[in-house]
Amino acid sequence: MSEAAGIYEAFRDAIRAEEPVALATIIDGPDAGEKLLVQPGEAALGTLGDPDLDRVVERDALGMLDAGISEVRHYGQHGEARQMDLSVFVECHARRPHMVIFGAVDFTRALASQAKLLGYRVTVCDAREVFATKRRFPMADEVVVDWPNRLLDRIGDELGPRDAVCVLTHDHKFDVPAIVGALPTRVGYLGAMGSRTTHEKRTERLREAGVADEDLERVMAPIGLDIGGRTPEETAVSIVAEIIASHTGRQAPRLKDGEGRIH
Amino acid sequence: MDEILDDIDRWRAAGQRVAVARVVDIEGSGPRDPGAAMAVNQEGEVAGSVSGGCVEGAVVGEALELLGGRRGPGITTFGYSDDEAFAVGLTCGGTIHLFVEELDW
Repeated sequence: MSEAAGIYEAFRDAIRAEEPVALATIIDGPDAGEKLLVQPGEAALGTLGDPDLDRVVERDALGMLDAGISEVRHYGQHGEARQMDLSVFVECHARRPHMVIFGAVDFTRALASQAKLLGYRVTVCDAREVFATKRRFPMADEVVVDWPNRLLDRIGDELGPRDAVCVLTHDHKFDVPAIVGALPTRVGYLGAMGSRTTHEKRTERLREAGVADEDLERVMAPIGLDIGGRTPEETAVSIVAEIIASHTGRQAPRLKDGEGRIH
Repeated sequence: MDEILDDIDRWRAAGQRVAVARVVDIEGSGPRDPGAAMAVNQEGEVAGSVSGGCVEGAVVGEALELLGGRRGPGITTFGYSDDEAFAVGLTCGGTIHLFVEELDW
């Protein structure tokens, strides 16, 4: 039984406040039930019974929070890797993934709704204040009137493997700074809308802007899976499906990998 | 865990002891991912779920055994590959490992 009271309260409060939190529990052996509560930037609460084990599990739990994984890990008595003495279940409550959509167009409305359905925090950004209004995108968590590169300068460091940047502007003036700004971030998914012709022209401009070939490969364009979607709503499904397939590593047919017309 | 917090708070405020069962691992098909949790109070009231309804009844039994002091905290496994031949399993054919403990932390 754990001696440190108040772990449940701290765990519950973090979940309710949507703050990232991981709860590590020893699940077998005589110490079953011992707990360590881990939150980024804060001292861990509780103990698994050994300071070295606590240190290793805290480090691993922070990595698992970043990736959004909950699973059992095995350790030696003092946290040694590749030993099986202890089984520790790490339950992660990661922050919501963030989707940043550039371009306040019709497709944006459908994609923002679809992303909310999947639990994303959604930011819509467009430099044109007539289009980028909360009134047009009530489902978005924030609507930002600014240039893509300036928004990414501000929030780029916060983007991680579970996040997504979707460039829907169709306009090189906005597309290029959005993609150039997103490439240096750790964002897990970067997609750009447009026909194959549009993307060829955009690729030329990205090269002129100094983007290397291996970085161009990171751009999912044309954006989405090859399901023949046409309407904004169908296209949104194909985009979020591609994001899911990117995370799971499944070989769903991507428009990027095919040829010919996309619908 | 999110969906069972309100019930847990209510039960604890009423002085009830509470057991929690959490999915920690799944082999093969399983309807809920690791982290899915259900809570059971000493009256046998239930919040949350750990499968599609296949094993919840048996989990209540384990939780009451725990609160009654007839078993300790530990892993409980349900599924067709289980040698102990539990009468319950997942209809999808998978095996589910739960960690069952009292919420006294």
